[in-house]
Amino acid sequence: MTPLAALLLRDTRLALRIGGGAFIGVLFFLMLVMLVPFAIGPDLALLARIGPAILWLGALLASLLGLDRLLATDHEDGSFDLILMARTPLELAVAAKALAHWVTIGLPLVIAAPLLGILLNLGPRAIGSVALTLLAGTPALTYIGLIGAALTVALRRGGLLIAVLVLPLNIPVLIFGVTASNAAMTGPVPFGAPFGILCALSLMSIVLGPFAAAIALRQGLD
Amino acid sequence: MTLINLANPSRVLRLSTLSLPWLTAATFLAFAVAGVQAWLAPDDYQQGATVKIMFIHVPAAWLGVFCWVLMSVAALGTLVWRHPVADVAAKAAAPIGAAFTLMCLVTGALWGRPMWGAYWVWDARLTSVLVLFLMYLAVIALWRTIEDPTRAARAVAVFTLVGALNIPIIKFSVDWWNTLHQGASVLRLGGSSIHQSILVPLLAMVVAFTLLFLTLHLAAMRNEILRRRLRTMLMMQAAAT
Repeated sequence: MTPLAALLLRDTRLALRIGGGAFIGVLFFLMLVMLVPFAIGPDLALLARIGPAILWLGALLASLLGLDRLLATDHEDGSFDLILMARTPLELAVAAKALAHWVTIGLPLVIAAPLLGILLNLGPRAIGSVALTLLAGTPALTYIGLIGAALTVALRRGGLLIAVLVLPLNIPVLIFGVTASNAAMTGPVPFGAPFGILCALSLMSIVLGPFAAAIALRQGLD
Repeated sequence: MTLINLANPSRVLRLSTLSLPWLTAATFLAFAVAGVQAWLAPDDYQQGATVKIMFIHVPAAWLGVFCWVLMSVAALGTLVWRHPVADVAAKAAAPIGAAFTLMCLVTGALWGRPMWGAYWVWDARLTSVLVLFLMYLAVIALWRTIEDPTRAARAVAVFTLVGALNIPIIKFSVDWWNTLHQGASVLRLGGSSIHQSILVPLLAMVVAFTLLFLTLHLAAMRNEILRRRLRTMLMMQAAAT
């Protein structure tokens, strides 16, 4: 098994076994989505109209929470030094870690979104479009979050700082995700254009994120 | 005087001591000239005297963007060339850029209320400038959270370069999206579309604001170098006891 595959498998196993992973992320997503009807009242028509936005915000915040576990735990127990010294390029190693993070935390959010959409009175077309845009957009959230995690890896109290660093960079992903979902619901703006840009943002961040994170890690740890 | 000569902090301190009085005087003079020109500029036929908010709004916007570009160049200096004073320049520039961006947002809101009927709209240009302001605040937070200034410099440098992606978005947002904000009318292909009587005071104000930025930045760089010396002396004193 190649070192990269071993790293991917290790990270997936750790994320699934240690608490604070997928299950808690989905639980947090559920609670956020539940809070909104309590806050704005049970007006079903209103909830259906802003449903995609609530689901996207919930996914964004839930994915932010898992970020400080992405790199910091390895830094604390010393396995990061081993990864740095290995022959696998650091960019690929952090990309593999981010992939494991997405599979274990981002993908469950995508799977949970249709169920939560029912809570918000979304129709089948809206649920489908939200799930599709989340599937295309959550990789962008993870890989942009990777940059924030890498910048704050050595800080002990870095949690809220990661959010402050990553949220401005995530705003375009949120904008295009919600635009695409709403376009599928209401109609004059075509779904394809914002969805295409969302996919482009994801692909760009899959490339840019690991490089920026590797630079940050190399600079920050010596 | 090449950039490599400025890698010596003492030389930067000497240079700033020599040039700051002149820069300050030049700033006052430029503001006097530009202010008089702005005062005498004609009112717009549609907007009346409100158009004169532009003489503060546009230079502030230009400097907010320029400051991030300067920080990006300094970031390259830190990461690629390991220039010792580049991170001092970046750290000094961040609060000044944030202040100018905030000034742009506030004057824009005050201008928008009589012109558009709303203090704030969520169109592409306003949103991207607000994101720029948030990124300035994130940079300031990052500087303060990491204790060692040299390590903080490298983390901030990476973040600055990633955030530099926002700058073309700001510039071209009025072309790419349907927006309420004025389109490009100064820096565009085919020359400016503003009449001389308003364009000249505007450019004079831009020059004055840029001199103000340079003065403030140089003074802030001085303070940062002295602050780091103080920190080193305190650490040496603590280690000696």
